[in-house]
Amino acid sequence: MPEFKKPHALTDAPLHYCPGCTHGIIHRLVAEVIDEMGIEGQTVGVAPVGCSVMAYDYFACDMIEAAHGRAPAVATGVKRANPDTFVFTYQGDGDLAAIGTAEIVHAATRGENITVIFVNNTTYGMTGGQMAPTTLPGQVTQTTPYGRNTNVEGFPIRVCEMLSTLSGVALAERVTVVDPANIRKAKAAIRKGFEFQKNKQGFSIIEVLSTCPTNWGKSPVDAIDWLKENMMPYYPLGVYKEGAIR
Amino acid sequence: MERKLMKGNEALAEAAIRAGCKCFFGYPITPQTEISAYMSKRMPKVGGVFLQAESEVSAINMVYGCASSGIRCMTSSSSPGVSLKSEGVSYIAGADLPCVIINVMRGGPGLGGIQPSQADYWQATKALGHGDFQLLVYAPSSVQEMADTVTKAFDLADKYRMPALILADGLLGQMMEPVAFEDVDISFGDGSDKEWAARGHNNERKHNISNSLYLKPDELEDRIVERFKRYDVIKANHTEAECYKTDDAELIITAYGSVARIAKAAVDAARAKGIKVGLFRPITLWPFPEKELKAACANAENVLCVEMSMGQMIEDVKLALECKKNVEFFGRTGGIVPKPSEILAKIVEMTQKGAE
Repeated sequence: MPEFKKPHALTDAPLHYCPGCTHGIIHRLVAEVIDEMGIEGQTVGVAPVGCSVMAYDYFACDMIEAAHGRAPAVATGVKRANPDTFVFTYQGDGDLAAIGTAEIVHAATRGENITVIFVNNTTYGMTGGQMAPTTLPGQVTQTTPYGRNTNVEGFPIRVCEMLSTLSGVALAERVTVVDPANIRKAKAAIRKGFEFQKNKQGFSIIEVLSTCPTNWGKSPVDAIDWLKENMMPYYPLGVYKEGAIR
Repeated sequence: MERKLMKGNEALAEAAIRAGCKCFFGYPITPQTEISAYMSKRMPKVGGVFLQAESEVSAINMVYGCASSGIRCMTSSSSPGVSLKSEGVSYIAGADLPCVIINVMRGGPGLGGIQPSQADYWQATKALGHGDFQLLVYAPSSVQEMADTVTKAFDLADKYRMPALILADGLLGQMMEPVAFEDVDISFGDGSDKEWAARGHNNERKHNISNSLYLKPDELEDRIVERFKRYDVIKANHTEAECYKTDDAELIITAYGSVARIAKAAVDAARAKGIKVGLFRPITLWPFPEKELKAACANAENVLCVEMSMGQMIEDVKLALECKKNVEFFGRTGGIVPKPSEILAKIVEMTQKGAE
């Protein structure tokens, strides 16, 4: 029986995430992939602004804290400086799909050889649950108290679908971590992203549908049910693009 | 020693490469686009990196990532673009990273114009972004100095782990002059000499973190106080200025950058009339050469600050002189370059006023 222990690529710092939040699982999956590929010493992670802002304390590889939305540009700087470094960004939906839209689109279309872990929980968690670019139509948030009205606030962005139209993208895959089977699939997708990077095959993004029990006002179990019932129909899981660009 | 006829922007770009700048991240904006154009031609030939970013914001954040890796890197822009970079500049300063930023100034505010200006002095020396921090600021005055100051900027940025800014203007960027380069073998470091660099720990050390976030106020205060102690060392050791005919001068002109050259012509014209005028030209704008200015003004009663703005450096001039001298201002703005005759007229006016 293999012993269940913390991956080496995670530090011993206690995570600050709320109970039931799936960031912890996603951190672990990224760290397991880094461990299994034996690349911790050659990896630089770029943390965002948002709930995972302090990811730099949790990953044991070298880390950079980026300004809000700028992680793909920062990662580009790291990668261009040292092309043999493994570079990943870890970003939430507000960071990646609102304030950082230009950065993610252009890193993707350049075929920047980095791996993006995109955590979509339909809300700005850190600031207390405001409308995000991925907030669902009708969804109540602090800044859509009557529900997201698409006549006023417009429509959610489907990031994987949008980026999969770009020639620079080698992998765009949406996964979730709501149960063990999906967690295994999520890990396989993250591994695939890092393998693409290893083979210098282009930009990879793994979107992970995630829960935010605190700001959704739900128990962890109810939050998972809400994700399955509401997010998965709007954001279907699956591979949107796969294939080396180089 | 190699001597070439070059535009200021191109000389600066070439000098940056010779100073070991491996990566350049740019965005097109007049009047500095020659820097990007030159880098795009030259970098692939010397094994460096040129990348045209999708925005000024991204360009400075690419610099942030590259600088975090311990690699010498640079970005350049002109006034409106530099405003956009201010977010990234603040993060770079907050993470104590070295890099070089170029501002080839044009008229402002807003989109302003594309003709030369010095209206970003306040931005460069007081607040190129939010928070408690300074940039090293060099103000070249010739094509040769465009090259020379960029080398110094890289060295001091590395030494003190802070961003450095070259504050030029459209006139310097666009003019052609002969420029001499030292013979050097172009080589880029890999960052391995920077013990703080986040470039992969190779399983040999604890992870490095490039960061400006300190949620505990006492930790943040400690970081800032430590940074300002470094600034004190720089203030004590790295001010630079040029004095021209200041020894016996009764009136000192203060001017920097391209305006200083025009002021020099006015000094010569005034001397020809028998007026004892000299020029004091700050080469570092931050730290401002306060003691050098005080010394240059020892025998002068009057000081005339000439700028291509409505008067920005004049505040530092007055502060340095502790309001003990009569400091007056002459400037043109909006992209108008002052003529030597206009400056001379102001000199004559001030001298006559003194005589009355």
